[in-house]
Amino acid sequence: MRQLLIPLASGTIFGAGLALGGMTDPARVRGFLDLFGAWDPTLAFVMGGAVLVMAVAWLVQGKLLRPWFAEGFALPDRSDITLRLVGGSALFGVGWGIAGLCPGPGFAALAIEPMSAAVFVAAMLAGMVVVRLIEGHA
Amino acid sequence: MSLLAISLPGFPDSTPVAGLAGGVLIGLAAALMLLGSGRIAGVSGIAARAFGIGAGSMPRLGAWAFLIGLPLGALIVMSMTGAAEPSFAGPVPLIIAGLIVGIGTRLGGGCTSGHGVCGMSRLSQRSLVATATFIATGIATVAIMNAWL
Repeated sequence: MRQLLIPLASGTIFGAGLALGGMTDPARVRGFLDLFGAWDPTLAFVMGGAVLVMAVAWLVQGKLLRPWFAEGFALPDRSDITLRLVGGSALFGVGWGIAGLCPGPGFAALAIEPMSAAVFVAAMLAGMVVVRLIEGHA
Repeated sequence: MSLLAISLPGFPDSTPVAGLAGGVLIGLAAALMLLGSGRIAGVSGIAARAFGIGAGSMPRLGAWAFLIGLPLGALIVMSMTGAAEPSFAGPVPLIIAGLIVGIGTRLGGGCTSGHGVCGMSRLSQRSLVATATFIATGIATVAIMNAWL
């Protein structure tokens, strides 16, 4: 039960934070990216607040032998900068700029503008499948 | 609610207090996932895991629970603060953007949550590079669209 309750609580708090911070409104996200126009710095405050809290969480994590409600930690440990990392992130930024949506707000917006958000989420999942298919044949 | 509507001088559309409060909630959510379940709250990776597109150590039901929570949390906030009027792009740009976001986040190994929040706060070099890259191309994309469309 805890294995479901922790992610459900995390997702719910995450979605609440996105909505409260205005990140479920694509215009506000595009306003942040509109650095050379009518710039809206709000997203910087959202990311700053989240990073500050998470920096403390990483300090706590360093003192834990295992998570509170799971057997062990499963965390990324890579540090290599690859073309795949940079190219993929560059592509992601283009899509983010076009729609003003990234994956989190895409799912959260299902509660706000279901049709538009569902179109975005479905296309995003299709894009993920494309990568999976290409890599499956590589 | 008036506190949440405060804007920065010179930036009439900004809502820094609401933004910071939302950011703290997102940080707490990611912290709960890290310290409670021992995992990264990266939405693109969790979505891929839930839909069986990518491998991952997170139990699939847990991935679904997280995803279901996202709109649930947004709904709770909207019911308290009143719904804003979000301005979504039309279906064609949404499809193009969605495809690119799906491909890019799988190749890049994360999005705004995994790299931007969880990785940057850990000073992961990969996440710092990824975040700087997607913010730069995002800014360039909006600038080009505003100039030419």
